Amino acid sequence: MPGAGGRVAAFALLAALAAGPADAMEIKRVTSPGGIEAWLVESHANPLIAMRFAFRGGAAQDPQDKQGLAYFVSGMMDEGAGDLDSVAFQERLQSLATRMDFDASRDVMLGNVQMLTANKDESFDLLRLAMSKPRFDEDAIERVRAQIVAGLKFDENDPEEVASLAWDRLAFRDHPYGRPIKGTKASIAAMTRDDLRDYVRRVFARDKLAITVVGDIDAETLGRALDLVFGALPQHSELAPIAEVKPPFGPTREIIVMDVPQSVAQFGHRAFSRKDDDFMAAYILNYIIGGGGFSSRLMEEVREKRGLAYSVHSNLFPTSTAPCSWAMWRRRMRGRPILEVIESELRRLAEEGPSAEELAGAKSYLTGAYALRFESSSSIANQLLWIQIEDLGIDYIDRRNELIEEVSLDDIRRVAKRLIEADRLITTIVGKPVEARPKAAPG
Amino acid sequence: MRSPSTAHAPPRVVEFTLGNGLQVLVIPDHRAPVVTQMIWYKVGAADEPPGSSGIAHFLEHLMFKGTDAIPPGQFSKIVARNGGEDNAFTNHDITAYFQRVAKDRLPTVMAMEADRMANLRLCEEDVATERDVILEERRSRVDNDPSSILQEQMMAALYANHPYGIPIIGWAHEVAGLDRDDALAFYKRFYAPNNALLVVAGDVEPDEVRKLADETFGKLPPHGGLNGRSRPREPEHQAPVRVELEDARAGRMTVQRYYLAPSYASAAPGEAEALDLMMRVAAIGSVSRLYKRLVIEQKKAASAGGWYSDSGLDTGRVAFYAIGAEKVSPAELEEAMDGVIADLREHGVTQAELDRARSAFLAEFVYANDSQSRMARHYGWRLATGMTVEQVESWPERLKQVTVESIRDVARKYLVDKNSVTGILVPAPDKTRSGEQPAHAPSPGRS
Repeated sequence: MPGAGGRVAAFALLAALAAGPADAMEIKRVTSPGGIEAWLVESHANPLIAMRFAFRGGAAQDPQDKQGLAYFVSGMMDEGAGDLDSVAFQERLQSLATRMDFDASRDVMLGNVQMLTANKDESFDLLRLAMSKPRFDEDAIERVRAQIVAGLKFDENDPEEVASLAWDRLAFRDHPYGRPIKGTKASIAAMTRDDLRDYVRRVFARDKLAITVVGDIDAETLGRALDLVFGALPQHSELAPIAEVKPPFGPTREIIVMDVPQSVAQFGHRAFSRKDDDFMAAYILNYIIGGGGFSSRLMEEVREKRGLAYSVHSNLFPTSTAPCSWAMWRRRMRGRPILEVIESELRRLAEEGPSAEELAGAKSYLTGAYALRFESSSSIANQLLWIQIEDLGIDYIDRRNELIEEVSLDDIRRVAKRLIEADRLITTIVGKPVEARPKAAPG
Repeated sequence: MRSPSTAHAPPRVVEFTLGNGLQVLVIPDHRAPVVTQMIWYKVGAADEPPGSSGIAHFLEHLMFKGTDAIPPGQFSKIVARNGGEDNAFTNHDITAYFQRVAKDRLPTVMAMEADRMANLRLCEEDVATERDVILEERRSRVDNDPSSILQEQMMAALYANHPYGIPIIGWAHEVAGLDRDDALAFYKRFYAPNNALLVVAGDVEPDEVRKLADETFGKLPPHGGLNGRSRPREPEHQAPVRVELEDARAGRMTVQRYYLAPSYASAAPGEAEALDLMMRVAAIGSVSRLYKRLVIEQKKAASAGGWYSDSGLDTGRVAFYAIGAEKVSPAELEEAMDGVIADLREHGVTQAELDRARSAFLAEFVYANDSQSRMARHYGWRLATGMTVEQVESWPERLKQVTVESIRDVARKYLVDKNSVTGILVPAPDKTRSGEQPAHAPSPGRS
């Protein structure tokens, strides 16, 4: 066949250049007349505006006896405000074609709003109502409570969710990170309107607020909108201090019996803080272990060579309020051999470190693919928000690829030894007690 | 409230066809220095030979295995080393492969995509390993999830004769028997430039794409033996069907209802647009009729919703679901759902409901313009399943023609009992946690 073959081989040898994500993108620091700050990328290419914001203080702020409170609040924020009850509020959103959603993670409460330029005044006003005058009507509380409980019942039967919750309990124990973000059936049943109001009062304050805006709006108009939406919030939050996470006892293993055709396991150990000098090296290492899809070691050993699983991947989860982050590996598995394959691969990686070729491959992917995260207004806003939350600096986008390029083979080999603790793994397995089972019969 | 501005025109798309029949669409978007390439093959699971269910999806996996130029297992690694991301998906009518890369990598990924259109190489061992991966994928997507099992059974009941009733991933016993010859036969029959659509969106000009495409895909010969896609047609249905599943892992009781309805490709003019808006009023989102009635007012459901499967080449369906509230029986929940559907059939929707749903829907086109990968997918999906560029671009205008009368007409025509399947999922008493089996459980093994 004439054609593509020769060209492919030649192109494949090129290393990706670390092009900037968006050379023309200018990030402005906007301060409203009332003193509220936001980062703005002004773009008039499409008649829409994407806004993302976060209050530092997410589910980790749930009191011990009110697990799931932040998650409950996030479900109530679009259930009516001011004079508008739940239905009226939702109909108004639909008429304006405005999208508004809230989400609670461990460390932050996130807000995500998209609006058409033509409807921006009405949309910002609706957001003002939601932020400053949420109604928390009793019937809406009952409805959201029922939905959370229904979700928890689904989760009870989802082996991945069960493995993940058990892992958090095992690793973090009595630290707030060990609690389920969505709460428990008992804690959700006991939640009251006063609890919701109390959370909003403590957490929704201007001193813990990060905001990014991308799209069809200028700095002056945005400044006025910021004062309108967030100006009525209290200046100071009342956050409970989050203790440092204690190093976990490993190795530990918990097996939870569930009659599912495919078992799920999650395992991991501590990693470094986002502020650690070795964080970038650990980030690259995670890509090599299991973060890089088909390019990762675990995918190669477990799926490509052995067909033992459909999915194997690893993540590095930094947390912002504790000086620790967590590396974890998660996969759906079939039988015991897979566990041994993964453990021995980790051990080998800690001892030998990655090869020069693996490091080069990881760097060329991570630097080249960075631009892909800046494809749309809302994805740009999301990137900028996390840069703010993690306190990386407004110029981080320009520096980020250099930070990756700077990691040397010596660095990453040293960090592999420092990071990987193959003999201290915390493991949860959800599935049948007998791990081995017959293969499907040929048809 | 104002309608979305029309001052901002949609991106200018350029369409052309290569000498060998490859259809090409370019969607310029210069905001970020990245491009999305998608190749859409006009073949899917509904084109599989009888008894070989899952082969379209299996081949999609095997397309990553290698060619003469790309060593086995290297395709995605080369894309990643070039700073790109890639993946693929299969449905009943199409199979699509895509990469997102920095714009200067487009020549690389286009050469690679053209190469595997004609030069796939498979060894027995890779095929056997990948078959295990797919059986694992099936376990994780379907067998581990009772609501997926129910949906699979409902689809099989809704399409008594048409292959849309066969799961895209394939029935497990048939997947277990698929081999290298099955995959290569399917590949040779359907993968060719004159059976594909190339979409390139992003920081690129149509002339550049034309030149690159001529140098890569343009060198491949067209396939002589393509003779249209003719699938078995669905007979007229005579009775509604019920599917009931008891499963300890179900978590919550749910009721689902499907109705046969035309898709955009198969509908008479205006009907698909009316069905689309009907479902947005009736079942999609928390201001829909179904949600307001069942969840907010009657408190019989914890959640409720629906969708319109509108992209099928041959036909589509509308679907409603409700997740029961505590202490509500399946019969009560179904009756409540029936009430909403009957009301829709008898009285249609109000002008205010239609206006609100339409303004939100029209805005979706504006939001979609904000993302090059969404635009590539939007145009690619529609063009590969029978729409023209002109029809895609006039879609918002056609939605403006929908009236409360046209919605009432499609509601009466398509929300018909005998064309429906009702699915009930009930949590069975939990026997699994203790590990004991029912005394009369069939033992595994040959029967």
